[in-house]
Amino acid sequence: MTASTTPTYIGARVARKEDPRLITGEGTFTDDVTLPGMAYLTLVRSPHAHARIRRIDTTAAKKEPGVVAVFTGKDLEATGMLPVFITVPSMSGSKHMPIATDKARYAGDAVAAVVADSREAAKRAADLIAVDYEPLPIVVDAMKALEPGAPIVHEELGSNLVFTYPVKGGDIDKAFKDAEVKISQRIVNQRLIPNAIEPRAVTAKFEAGELTLWSTTQIPHFVQLIAALNLGLGQNKVRVIAPEVGGGFGSKLQVYAEELLVGFLAKTLGRPVKWTEERREGYLATIHGRDHVSDVELAAKRDGTILGLRVRTVANVGAYLQAFAPGIPTILHVFIVPGAYRIPAFDYEMRGAYTNTTPVDAYRGAGRPEAAYLIERMVDRLADEIRMDPAEVRRKNFIAADAFPFNTISGITYDSGNYEPALDRALAMADYKGFEKRRAEAKTRGNYRGIGISSYVEICGLAPSKVNAALGVGWGGYESARIRVHATGSVQVFTGTSPHGQGHETSWAQIAADALGISPNDIEVRHGDTFESPGMGVGTFGSRSLAVGGVAVHKAAEKVREKVVQIGAHLLEASPADVVVAGGKVFVKGVPEKAKNFGDISMAAYLANNLPEGMEPGLEATVYYDPPNFTFPFGTHIAEVEIDGETGTVQIVKYSACDDCGRQINPMIVEGQLHGGITQGIGQALYEGAVYDSDGQLLSGSMMEYHVPTAEDVPPFDLDSTETLTNTNPLGVKGIGEAGTIGSTPAAVNAVIDALSPLGIKHLDMPLTPEKLWRAIRASGEGRR
Amino acid sequence: MPHAVAVTVNGTSYPREIEPTLLLVEYLRETLGLTGTHVGCDTSQCGACTVLVDGRATKACTMLAVQADGAEVITIEGLAKNGDMHPIQRAFAKEHALQCGFCTPGLMITAVDFLERNPSPSDAEIRHAIKGNLCRCTGYHNIVNAIRSASAEMRQSAGARPKVAAEVKR
Ligand code: FES
Ligand code: FES
Repeated sequence: MTASTTPTYIGARVARKEDPRLITGEGTFTDDVTLPGMAYLTLVRSPHAHARIRRIDTTAAKKEPGVVAVFTGKDLEATGMLPVFITVPSMSGSKHMPIATDKARYAGDAVAAVVADSREAAKRAADLIAVDYEPLPIVVDAMKALEPGAPIVHEELGSNLVFTYPVKGGDIDKAFKDAEVKISQRIVNQRLIPNAIEPRAVTAKFEAGELTLWSTTQIPHFVQLIAALNLGLGQNKVRVIAPEVGGGFGSKLQVYAEELLVGFLAKTLGRPVKWTEERREGYLATIHGRDHVSDVELAAKRDGTILGLRVRTVANVGAYLQAFAPGIPTILHVFIVPGAYRIPAFDYEMRGAYTNTTPVDAYRGAGRPEAAYLIERMVDRLADEIRMDPAEVRRKNFIAADAFPFNTISGITYDSGNYEPALDRALAMADYKGFEKRRAEAKTRGNYRGIGISSYVEICGLAPSKVNAALGVGWGGYESARIRVHATGSVQVFTGTSPHGQGHETSWAQIAADALGISPNDIEVRHGDTFESPGMGVGTFGSRSLAVGGVAVHKAAEKVREKVVQIGAHLLEASPADVVVAGGKVFVKGVPEKAKNFGDISMAAYLANNLPEGMEPGLEATVYYDPPNFTFPFGTHIAEVEIDGETGTVQIVKYSACDDCGRQINPMIVEGQLHGGITQGIGQALYEGAVYDSDGQLLSGSMMEYHVPTAEDVPPFDLDSTETLTNTNPLGVKGIGEAGTIGSTPAAVNAVIDALSPLGIKHLDMPLTPEKLWRAIRASGEGRR
Repeated sequence: MPHAVAVTVNGTSYPREIEPTLLLVEYLRETLGLTGTHVGCDTSQCGACTVLVDGRATKACTMLAVQADGAEVITIEGLAKNGDMHPIQRAFAKEHALQCGFCTPGLMITAVDFLERNPSPSDAEIRHAIKGNLCRCTGYHNIVNAIRSASAEMRQSAGARPKVAAEVKR
């Protein structure tokens, strides 16, 4: 760190500044915004997964009392196409209109829109719209979608292949020729539904030529940009506000149809318009995550040394490419598949496929959970095959602590890492040594007990803008911050990040407080309003906010501090090198009694009649920080499970994790991110999964059929950390938003498979539901009658 | 046909003419503008809409407003008394039991009802009591801690603080 003061607030468990309004019901979420004269939008969605739209009869709907207007896709083409921000080589992009005009490509694709005086009237009218559909053949399975003769989702593209993305390193043929052990495994990473507890919503008004749009978004600036471009407004005339946002996990990392529609309708109709998603609607119309099928082959020696990894994956992107979808199975997945290991040869081919299902994009971890699951399952398969302790197989193949920065076989450079201490601590926390006794003891009760390890590495801090461009990401990976000190000394931080639970108001205040030598209580952090923030903010996703946005805040605060030092030196008639900024005071080293208050300095900056020669008045700074590299957090998670021999029910009896995200700004928030992330990862391992039937109907279409983990489904978590700083940024910070999700899924699955390995079970696909385990136990012949 | 109802919400009676199909949660959010109570689902799964109806934690999306005629309803806005936070509110902040805060009002209301009936719960009992409230952010770890810590504080100050619901009809 470059601050001359030792950190006071960085690293402290500072209570969250967000909480007082959220625990009293005073927070304003998008659906809480109600404006005079507001109308309500409802969308008519296709019940068919694939159908040509022959005719839409809106006559009856238009006559319904309270109806303001009814639109079909053709009436709304002026809203333009929905954006895709990433273009990977060989990509075959889809045309995606907010309302389908020619055919519906998934069950839930919007085909018409109704605006009415009330929600009820809009819904009644929507029911009166008669759509004449011509059902078409349907493809749901991504593998089948790539077979010859499969129904084509976008005829104009000629096939369902979205891209082929190969990444190779080393001599893969030699690796398999030299191998003493070869393991092949098909690994399915099932489709998930994000389920932020706040459904999506959009509210907009158009007044005096200016559009104000409230949205449940993680990326308000991108919504502003696309709304301005698509709706033909100056960017200065589009104000997007992300007020309180009730969780996102990637599902609000889009420019959605409804955002453009509500903006367009407010402008066209001249009255405020609101749309609020219903949960069941969200299951269809909000993006899904994951959905990979991988065929994996691992080459190794009998002593556990990994020689090579060959993977062929098909990723289901759904019916249309969404904003970040092309980058998730590719950039955010393939490169990180080697994980924590030195793998001499690597050959990955990823293919994307269109299907008649809800579009797939970023869900917490986005590509990295799929990577960690794949490699961590294979390492366990290897350990099982050669009868070696899975912890030791990991240790044997770990990238050595002195090998960083490390160039991976997939072609990226890990900034820093030290994997063994995190593994060792997690093993100690889990009492790994004592496990076999517990397994034996469970057996006497007729239960199967297992322990599972996952040592993950992930990518975050998206990303150096030039690297982004080289990878096909159509926008820079910087982040912005502006710090404004008023004459009286009150401080505002404006950030381009857009938190939705991550506590940036607190952490950013801690960062700025240390640089400015004041208390976080005296700093207000503002976010999510494109008319307040710097010109562009990239937003909150991919665990990037701290490593990019937090660093931008730090740099802006350093700039302000530099000016405070200059003014202080001038007023105190000292050399700037001798000036100390701390405890809300500015003084000459060794003479704290002759201090100026922070507020005296800011007042001087604005009075401007006694400043150092040539200095500009005012006290504020704006920074756009573009990082030089990604950051690569890591850790080891260990789950211990017990499976009821009678019912197949899994209980996680102990969960231990040691994570390393570099320097922690607020350990309380770090732990909270881990708790939530681990729970989502356990959800994937044991409970969650989107299920379609062959007609493209989402069978897991509500919270009744799709099991979001409850408090009874997860254990308490035992957490520890190591600290390996990165020199990618001056704070030494990495990122922790997704690590829990990435680390926990393989730990939980490895534990269940370990429990069942005495029955000869080597792999089962997620979710590991009681029924699946019960059947597997029965099929093994070991289950009791 | 609109019905005349009077629901007492956070101590104030609100006589209103409402449609018989109006849900209690819509009445609170839209008719009265009390937006601290949230809607997270349409299948009574999430618990974001939980309020106290005559002292009992109730999912306000499962009840019609007309059914609450004459009832005493407490929402998140009514949990603090004269600016003095309820122990559960203090505990949620202290234990970092909320992130986005969307599920939080419902969870706190559920906890208030639960702790009034079970002042010294085990962790397993706490987890069971809140299983009807989904939180996607926190993994529940700190929520359990907060409810445990609030229970300790409430036991210590038992008697000093009136029950949240002025009148508890059971
Ligand atoms: S809104 Fe989900 S239970 Fe009431
Ligand atoms: S804090 Fe976000 S859903 Fe619970």
